[in-house]
Amino acid sequence: MTVTSGSKVEVRLPSRLGFEKVAMSTAAGMAKLMGFSEDRIEDLKTAVAEACINAMEHGNQMNASVPVSVVLSMKPNELEVKVMDNGAGMEVPAPAPDIDRKMSGEEEARGMGMFLIQALVDEVEWVSATGTDEQSFVRLVIRMNKESE
Amino acid sequence: MQTANKVSQQQLTGASGQQITCLRFNGDISSVSRDAVVGTYQALDKTAHKRILLDFKGVEYLNSSGIALVIQVLMEASKSGQTIAICGLTPHFTKVFTMVGITKYATLYPDEAAALSAL
Repeated sequence: MTVTSGSKVEVRLPSRLGFEKVAMSTAAGMAKLMGFSEDRIEDLKTAVAEACINAMEHGNQMNASVPVSVVLSMKPNELEVKVMDNGAGMEVPAPAPDIDRKMSGEEEARGMGMFLIQALVDEVEWVSATGTDEQSFVRLVIRMNKESE
Repeated sequence: MQTANKVSQQQLTGASGQQITCLRFNGDISSVSRDAVVGTYQALDKTAHKRILLDFKGVEYLNSSGIALVIQVLMEASKSGQTIAICGLTPHFTKVFTMVGITKYATLYPDEAAALSAL
């Protein structure tokens, strides 16, 4: 198979927990075709899974009939992933989790997804829908080599 | 889509001679794993099980909701004076657990043998 920059794959997921693994596997497969290292593929898998879970839970309010769309685009030395939902968008940037506050119960144990996305990929952008016909999305970019930034 | 989560429990002895309760997780650790992770921990007698090793070697998928369950176990263990150690994480999740600060409250070991020799 010839891997061509510009190749694009779209996946539509029901907003049901567990289906994020379909997008995660698709992203991993594309990154492998492009020659990404194993550790970068693991970073990508976690970031894509967390982005899809956010879209299902916060964007589509876990309404299984409302899909999360994931568009994966191969670019020279990088993979771009757009995860779209029908919500109003996320508040950003996400603060780093404070383990001491979590341990004392002052901060919820959950709520680390956005932090992990930011920490694991090279670029991240959250875009809120501005009209009723638009979708909110998060756009992630992961490069083959982090050092090449 | 969620892989059934199984937990097995085993009593081990550390190099110091202390009893260690090992909870081995398999499958997915995510938001639907509360009973498997927190429930299994809570079912242990807190006075009889003072040292607990959480083994993630058999875990196929772990997300932030699953990590939050681990934090909940750490929180309860800290209040009960129990020691928690963690082993079997992949290099990626060793990095993630370190990023979120879990290493402040639990020591990570590459595998069970390394954990037992240190405990």
